[in-house]
Amino acid sequence: MSVVALPQEVSTVAGAPMSYWRTVAWRLARDRATLVAGAILLLIAVSALLAPWIAPHDPNAGSIRLRLAPIGGATHPLGTDEQGRDMLSRLLWGGRMTLVAGLTPVVVAFLVGTVLGVIAGYAGGLTNTLVMRTMDVFYAFPAVLLAIAISGALGPGLPNTLISLSIVFIPRVVRVAESATVQVKGLEFVAAARASGAGVWPILRHHLLANILGPVLVFASTQVSLSIILAAGLSFLGLGVTPPAAEWGLMLNTLRQSIYVNAIVPALPGLAIFVTSMAFNLVSDGLRDAMEIRS
Amino acid sequence: MWRYVGRRLVLAIPTLLGASIIVFAMVHLAPGDPIAAVMPVDASKEQVEAVKKAYGFDQPLPVQYLKWLGRVVTGDLGKSIATRRAVILDVRDALANSLVLAASSSLMAFVAGIALGLLAAFRQGRALDKIASGIAVIGVSVPHYWAGIILIIIFSVQLNWLPAMGAASDGGVVDYARHMALPTIALALIPLGVIARVVRSAALDVLAQEFVLALRAKGLAHRRVFTHVVKNAAPQTITVLGLQFGFQLGGSVLVEAVFSWPGTGYLLNLAIFQRDIPVLQGVILVLATFFVLLNLLVDVLQTFIDPRIARH
Repeated sequence: MSVVALPQEVSTVAGAPMSYWRTVAWRLARDRATLVAGAILLLIAVSALLAPWIAPHDPNAGSIRLRLAPIGGATHPLGTDEQGRDMLSRLLWGGRMTLVAGLTPVVVAFLVGTVLGVIAGYAGGLTNTLVMRTMDVFYAFPAVLLAIAISGALGPGLPNTLISLSIVFIPRVVRVAESATVQVKGLEFVAAARASGAGVWPILRHHLLANILGPVLVFASTQVSLSIILAAGLSFLGLGVTPPAAEWGLMLNTLRQSIYVNAIVPALPGLAIFVTSMAFNLVSDGLRDAMEIRS
Repeated sequence: MWRYVGRRLVLAIPTLLGASIIVFAMVHLAPGDPIAAVMPVDASKEQVEAVKKAYGFDQPLPVQYLKWLGRVVTGDLGKSIATRRAVILDVRDALANSLVLAASSSLMAFVAGIALGLLAAFRQGRALDKIASGIAVIGVSVPHYWAGIILIIIFSVQLNWLPAMGAASDGGVVDYARHMALPTIALALIPLGVIARVVRSAALDVLAQEFVLALRAKGLAHRRVFTHVVKNAAPQTITVLGLQFGFQLGGSVLVEAVFSWPGTGYLLNLAIFQRDIPVLQGVILVLATFFVLLNLLVDVLQTFIDPRIARH
C-alpha cells in the first residue's frame, strides 16, 4: 500500500491545537467539584458584598430577652447569639470582615512577594542571598506562631491582623517566585532576547512575568484558605477584629461559652469558616490541575 | 555526606540569629513605651528614667539586643510581668505538656495520614481514592479550633463521655489520657490531611516510574511492589512528617486555648491577654528554636535515608 496523505478536511476538523488558556477553560468546565466549589464561593462573596442590603436585622442590635434563640425561628431563621443579635445578619456581615481579613494579606503577599522574588531571582548573586536568607528567617516560625507573635506584639485590631498575616505569606510567595524566575531565566529564549539587545525591563515584562505569574498566582490561591483560617483564628484569640463588630472567628469565640445552652448556633460561624476555606481549597486544587502546575 | 551535615548545621545559625532578632523586636513593635506596663500611672519622670536604666532601655538598640541575646543563651528569658516568675520555668512546664500533645496528635495523624494516602494512591481514581482524598481536603480546610469546639459539643456536652477542659488534676494515667483525647483529635486533623495528600502524590509519582512497571512485568507479588513504592516515597514523606510535628507544637496555640490545655499555646494566650511581653517572647523564642532544630534534624535524617540529596 502506498502512503496516503491525510485529507485536508481532517486536519481542519481537528483544528489548530487549542491555546493554553482555552485548554485550561475547557478542563475547568469539565471539573464538577471545582465548579460547585466556585459557585459556593461566588455565593459567599456576593452575600457578603450585599450584606448591608440583604441582612434582615441590624447585626449589632440585640435583645436580652431573645438570647440564644434556636435556629428555624420565623424572625431569626438562624437563631440569635448570646446577646440576642440575629445570627443570619451577623454571619452575612461577618463574612465581609473575614473575607477582607483573609484575602487582603494574600493579595499583598502576591504583589510584594512577586516583586521581591523576581528581583532576587533575576539579579542573583548578593541580592539573591540577601533577600532569600532574610526570607529564611521567617521560616523559623510555624505560620500560626509567626502570626500570633506579630499580632500579639502589635495588639488587637484589623490593621494589625493584616500586617501580621502579610508578613506570614510574603516569604512563601517570594520563594515560589524566586525559584520560578531562576528556572525561566535559564531558558534559551531569555538568553536569545538578551543577545538580541532587549533591555532588562522588556525581558522582565514579556518573558519572565508572563511565564511565572501563572504558577505564582496558583500558589497564592492555595494560601487563601490558610489565610482565612488564621485571620479568623487571630480574632478567635482576641487579637483580630475588635467587638462588637461581626467577624466569624470572633463570633465563634464569644459564642463558645454558650454550647451548654444551645449546641447548634455556636457552631455556625465555624461552619462558615470551614465551608469558605474548603471552597477556596477545592478551587485552587482545580485551578492547579487545569493549569498543569505541579505543587 | 558529613560535609553536607556540617554545612547544614552552620546554615542554621544565621536563621536562629534572625529569629532571635524578630523576637527581640517584638518588644519595640508593641505600641507605647516598653516599660509602661510595669510602671504605675503616676510615676514621676525620674522614676521612669531609673526603671528604664535598670532594664537597659536607655542604651542603643544593638547593645540592648546583644545583652539580651547574651542572657538568652544562658537560659535567662527574663521575668513575667504578671507573675514575677522566671519565664524559663513557665515555658519549661508548658513545653512538656505541649510536647506530649504534639506527640500524640502527630502519631495519630502520621498513621492515619500515611494509610489514607497509600490507600488513595493504590486505588487511584476509584471510589476509595475519592473518599480518602475527600477526607484529606476536609483535614486541610477545617479550622481546628472550631473542630475542637464541635468535639466538645459532641463528646462532652451531648454524650458526656470525655472532659472538655484542662489536663488531669489527680495525676492518674487514665485521667490524663481522657483529658488528652479530644485535643489530640482536633490537632491531628490538619496534619492528617496534609500528610495524606503528600503521601498520595509521592506514591503516585513512584508508581508512574518505569521500574515499577518492570517489577510488575517480572511478576513480583503485589505486596513486594508495595514495599518498593513505600521505600521510594519515604524521603519526601519524612520531610513532611518532620515539618508537621513542628507545626503541631506551634499550631497548638488555638487548640490549647479551646481546651485550656496547660501547654505553650495556653501560656501564650494568657500572655497575650495580660500583655506580658517577656512571656510572649520567651515562648515564641523557645518554640522557634525547637522548630529550626527539628528542621535541621529532618534534613540530616533525610540525607542518611537518601544520600543522593547531599550531592545536590
